[in-house]
Amino acid sequence: MRDADVAPELDVAEVGRIFREEYGRSVATLIRVFGDIDVAEDAVQDAFVEALRRWPRDGLPPNPGGWITTTARNRAIDGRRRASRGLQLLSEVAVLMPGNEDPLPEEAGPVRDDRLRLIFTCCHPALSTEAQVALTLRLLGGLTTDEVARAFLVAVPTMAQRLVRAKRKIKAAQIPFRVPQDQELPDRVRAVLTVIYLIYNAGAESPAGGHRPGDDLRGEAIRLVRLLVSLMPDEPEAAGLLALLLLTESRRAARFAADGSLVLLRDQDRGRWDRVMINEGQTIVRACLRRNQPGPYQLQAAINAVHADADSVEATDWSQVVALYDQLLAVAPTPVVALNRAIAVSEVDGPDAVLALVDGLGLDGYYAYHASRADLLRRLNRPDEAADAYEIAALLAPTVAERVFLARQARRYRHPLKSRDTSTE
Amino acid sequence: MRKYLLSVHSVAGEVRNPMTDEEMQETTKHVYALQEEMKSAGAWVFGGRLHEPDTATVVRVSNGEVLTTDGPFAESKEHLAGFYIVEAADLDAALVWASRTTAIVGAPIEVRPFQDESEA
Repeated sequence: MRDADVAPELDVAEVGRIFREEYGRSVATLIRVFGDIDVAEDAVQDAFVEALRRWPRDGLPPNPGGWITTTARNRAIDGRRRASRGLQLLSEVAVLMPGNEDPLPEEAGPVRDDRLRLIFTCCHPALSTEAQVALTLRLLGGLTTDEVARAFLVAVPTMAQRLVRAKRKIKAAQIPFRVPQDQELPDRVRAVLTVIYLIYNAGAESPAGGHRPGDDLRGEAIRLVRLLVSLMPDEPEAAGLLALLLLTESRRAARFAADGSLVLLRDQDRGRWDRVMINEGQTIVRACLRRNQPGPYQLQAAINAVHADADSVEATDWSQVVALYDQLLAVAPTPVVALNRAIAVSEVDGPDAVLALVDGLGLDGYYAYHASRADLLRRLNRPDEAADAYEIAALLAPTVAERVFLARQARRYRHPLKSRDTSTE
Repeated sequence: MRKYLLSVHSVAGEVRNPMTDEEMQETTKHVYALQEEMKSAGAWVFGGRLHEPDTATVVRVSNGEVLTTDGPFAESKEHLAGFYIVEAADLDAALVWASRTTAIVGAPIEVRPFQDESEA
């Protein structure tokens, strides 16, 4: 929050920060008013230029968000008036004149926030997942095209092209700007949650150490899911995803060693877990339990809430974790869930019984399968086989942090004596 | 309102379980019922089923002359089996017609917006 006693430092960066915060709301409102994404974006961009000129001189307006929307709207109307001067289109502009506060009729439905409509437009199944993610970050998150491109390690022109194409399709095919009707809502909410989850994971994969794009993406995902929860309070899976992201993020500081390599849950310094996020996440999980409409995100959140309760791996209530995985497997019967369940089972029944279980899952191409198998073999005192499995896992791992960690484990169990020195480096 | 092309695509050689006469009649009945519904909803513009692609003829200009040749324009396994043109408020409304059609005919359907005259 801003400190009222201190004259706000309104430099370009600060104005930019405020704009990004308000971007989604303003763009969403203007899309409803003008029925065109490009017009809305250009108008907000014009308002940004105007703010850069006026705010440092006149001070921050009392309601910056309202100022941006009004200014952008007036700019867009001016633009249209200029463009249509002498043309009959003036009559169309009259509808959009100031004073006509709400030129488009509100549609029926429980929720009226324009940002919610915009989320559903951005995450429409007629768009590719890549386009859904990019549009959501651009239009709701207010990230620039450059920022979105950098976050996904895509060349800027490629990302720009992706956004242009998606917006063209929305316009040409008339993808609606609307909260879906009841019968289609569950599928469409699921698509929105998937996009937010993908945004978080894209941020989680980038290494630690104040790497900006990754931090931005995770923060943005949490902000978006918070928004969704506030707009759709009756959607238990939205709350579940918020809890899951908070509980995952609470471990962020402990997840990487100083050299950027991964630290497994069992080895993390739990004193570095963020208790504020844990408390919020666990409170949401408890509310979900009371609501008793479980879904995949709520169950994953509940599993993470159990971990957050324990001071150590040994103190973890593993039978509770297994019970939650059983429920998760029932609603999301995938081999990856089965793998994670098997790992939890190994903490209750020991690694012996579980090895055969994971081998039958058909996950040969999945690095976490080999990493988990390596861990079971290590616990079974079969170091050479463990080293083999760590090596395969290191080859398949998607991130540097994981590759470094897994390759080190492979060396450690291949040459048990030599590595004792390196581990004290 | 906007017009959409709903094109029904078949893959040559990919024979679905051959239908019995009874099933064929049943499908036809459903197709006609859906078409009637499109008409009474004001969505119907035009539609129809096409003969096999080997009944096609292509005309093109070559060296200033119009050439007529036998066969489909593109040699491919997928071909257009039929299409509808519907008028709908937005893509979601068009997708509802497409979903109901594909459920009856059992072939994938591509939904493509027509350009407005103002866009042309």
